[in-house]
Amino acid sequence: MTDQSYNFAYLDEQTKRMIRRAILKGLAIPGYQVPFASREMPMPYGWGTGGVQVSAAVLTPEDCFKVIDQGADDTTNAVSIRTFFERTARVETTTATAEASVIQTRHRIPEEPLSKGQIVVYQVPIPEPLRFLEPRESETRKMHSLEEYGLMHVKLYEDISRHGHIATSYAYPVRVEGRYVMDPSPIPKFDNPKLGDMAAIQLFGAGREQRIYALPPYTQVVSLDFEDHPFEASKAAHCCGLCGAQDSYLDEVIIDDAGGRMFVCSDTDYCEARRAAGHKGKDAA
Amino acid sequence: MYVAVKGGERAIENAHSWLAEERRGDRDVAELSVAQIREQLSLAVNRVMAEGSLYDPDLAALAIKQARGDLIEAIFLIRAYRTTLPRFGVSEPVDTGAMACDRRISATFKDLPGGQVLGPTFDYTHRLLDFKLAADGEVPEAPSQPTEPGDVPHVTDFLNREGLIEEAPHDDTPPPDLTREPLEMPAERALRLQALTRSDEGFTLGLAYSTQRGYARNHAFVGELRIGSVPVEMDIPELGFAVEIGEVVLTECETINQFKGSKTEPPQFTRGYGLVFGQTERKAISMALVDRALRWEELGEDFEGAPAQDAEFVLYHADNIQATGFLEHIKLPHYVDFQSELELVRKLRHEAGADQVQEAAE
Repeated sequence: MTDQSYNFAYLDEQTKRMIRRAILKGLAIPGYQVPFASREMPMPYGWGTGGVQVSAAVLTPEDCFKVIDQGADDTTNAVSIRTFFERTARVETTTATAEASVIQTRHRIPEEPLSKGQIVVYQVPIPEPLRFLEPRESETRKMHSLEEYGLMHVKLYEDISRHGHIATSYAYPVRVEGRYVMDPSPIPKFDNPKLGDMAAIQLFGAGREQRIYALPPYTQVVSLDFEDHPFEASKAAHCCGLCGAQDSYLDEVIIDDAGGRMFVCSDTDYCEARRAAGHKGKDAA
Repeated sequence: MYVAVKGGERAIENAHSWLAEERRGDRDVAELSVAQIREQLSLAVNRVMAEGSLYDPDLAALAIKQARGDLIEAIFLIRAYRTTLPRFGVSEPVDTGAMACDRRISATFKDLPGGQVLGPTFDYTHRLLDFKLAADGEVPEAPSQPTEPGDVPHVTDFLNREGLIEEAPHDDTPPPDLTREPLEMPAERALRLQALTRSDEGFTLGLAYSTQRGYARNHAFVGELRIGSVPVEMDIPELGFAVEIGEVVLTECETINQFKGSKTEPPQFTRGYGLVFGQTERKAISMALVDRALRWEELGEDFEGAPAQDAEFVLYHADNIQATGFLEHIKLPHYVDFQSELELVRKLRHEAGADQVQEAAE
């Protein structure tokens, strides 16, 4: 790629304008899935093309950009997307959550609370929370417009009657401002409570499915549950082996072939910052 | 001792270098030129142009070279390039009646004005490996004779004169552009055809085949299949009239389908239509069959629940770039969602007492 031959942040201005309109509409109707004319990007559908298009549309030359995948800045696809914007937009990049003005993420929300002025861009594979209950787009759009969410409640109820719990551990559906049921992207349900009342703007991009949706700052977001089975954000019942954090979401790492394993923060920036501040987990050298 | 994994950037760079080396192959073997691919692998080039929705044989050949012959990867390269191009305007509808045909056959009439022209087809070749090709044998020039210029009428027009086939619905409203607007349901026929012409050849073939085997059977005859070049004209506002800006090779297939009539339509033949860039006749015929199957509603037929009748099913799954991307993305890290599933399954097993059984066994 000859970097000069493409427009700032790859997309042409017309396309960005079209995406920004979809974003504004999404912000005006929180949780509503806005159809947009997703473009073919130079990376495959399913690898974050929706998030990349949203980031391209909101980035300015003054921004500082962070990309995480599974909470980590150095997973291969996060590296690839960060490099893409370094080349096509030449924006400053960072791994520090607090320094970033735009954070593109796949499957996690950073542990560190986000602040006013920041934008989080989620990569979304299947934006439709009702999709696995009803495969037809024409039907699910109708269900949203009629606020017909009974099917979802029946599904959750059936989980409880079969398993004693709601057997959804990630992409756990939420209701936005008492109106739209929304898929928060495949974040673990541990992250769900961070969605509501967040100071940052949250944008969701689904490239292949051609949908954008959004949560403006301080939006009410409620994870679906029942009075007698309240929602519970869960994580592995351990501390981070490296930094000792008790409050972070943990990845399980297999360390030998004898069943040995340890738990470490999935948010690498959070973990590094804690270790730099002198915190030590039981497995730290 | 576990150390957090680093070095994604270097791993990616090294993988790219290795890929470039593998693409080149044995350096003792001469490198393949783009022109060789364009001239000698032209059917691959045609498929890449058709499904890439970009008519440029040189770029398609380059994409095939870059993709190591993986045609879906080549189509992806072309699509990603196409999306960066400015859009100047829209051509006049091409007139396939004015096609300079290399091939034109009808399966419904033994002879007809314009004649049957076999053209460069595999149809009657015996599929025996030709070892002369392995020995670099030069090919003798094919015999040729001058053609009579003039329009070649469409077979369906003959049937139309008797009213035996439905009128092709005439509509001058500009069709929507699938590459600039999100695909929304229900999709009108122009949009469906647009999606089908760039759809995956294998998927479309499979669907078309399923209609022949009884999943929404519609008894298709190839009324006509023609391949050749047509001029492309564009109205230039500054000039006030249309000028020819180039030529494209197209494959057009019109099927004639049996139809007993419905509550709204009299008994008559119905149409399926396929039009694809390049010499791509398997795709064009498949497209025509699927187009016909998708028309059940406007013809007042029953929905039999067949996949080929289901526009949402067909159109949302026919694009190989979307499909391959989503399919292959499951290679990406899913540690976080898998971890949450691990916790859930452990919890459910604990409550079901399964983990105690395991411990007792140990």
